[in-house]
Amino acid sequence: MKNEMHLTFRAISENESFARVTVAAFIAQLDPTMDELTEIKTVVSEAVTNAIIHGYENNPDGMVSISVVIDGHYVELEIRDEGVGIENLDEAMQPLFTTKPELERSGMGFTIMENFMDEMTVVSKKNAGTTIRLKKYLTQAKALSN
Amino acid sequence: MSLEVNLEYKDDVLCVRLSGELDHHTADIVREKVSKAIESKKIKHLVLNLGQLKFMDSSGLGVILGRYKQIKQVSGEMIVCAISPSVERLFNMSGMFKIIRFEPTEEIALQKLGVA
Repeated sequence: MKNEMHLTFRAISENESFARVTVAAFIAQLDPTMDELTEIKTVVSEAVTNAIIHGYENNPDGMVSISVVIDGHYVELEIRDEGVGIENLDEAMQPLFTTKPELERSGMGFTIMENFMDEMTVVSKKNAGTTIRLKKYLTQAKALSN
Repeated sequence: MSLEVNLEYKDDVLCVRLSGELDHHTADIVREKVSKAIESKKIKHLVLNLGQLKFMDSSGLGVILGRYKQIKQVSGEMIVCAISPSVERLFNMSGMFKIIRFEPTEEIALQKLGVA
């Protein structure tokens, strides 16, 4: 059975844990392993943190949206902001690359998202925002249709 | 607060124990507390115990790397101990395993620094 949920919240760091815990609670119905749950929580945290720090440059008026679709054995995540956008996507995806080293950013966000998920697509437009789409196939997922 | 930072001083070694969740929101607390302690207490070496950490993302890597650089400036040594398999994966992915020293337990880390 297909199921989905949508979440929109203010771009403040207090909401990072709220976002990852909420997504984890939603996908729990697919009975993921602990490792899969940790991986999904981590990628949600990475994407939301990027939206707050880079997309909105810490402006608390920005809003971050998350959509989650689950269907039998996979999870699809979409994390969107309407912030400044990413000027150079190739550069942004390089491991250890960061535009904000002074904030002690590790530059590992996209690398972690790519590693922990099976598919990643990033669409970004200057001054229009960034949308990250992630897909993961769960190993032990029980078919909901049964 | 979703992260607790416990500090203990043993001579010129600062032992930092983190419990809870280390993300962008809580990384600031670690940076502030540990930086201040290193500067004000003439600390040379740092032991970072992650045994009670329930969650960490790349913001955690950033703040740990920041403290590593800080302790290198005073020619000290930083040892990270008691890491979980999921945290280990993040360290591996970032290449930090190659530059930071890791030990299985806090006791071993303190022994290596001569303050156990």
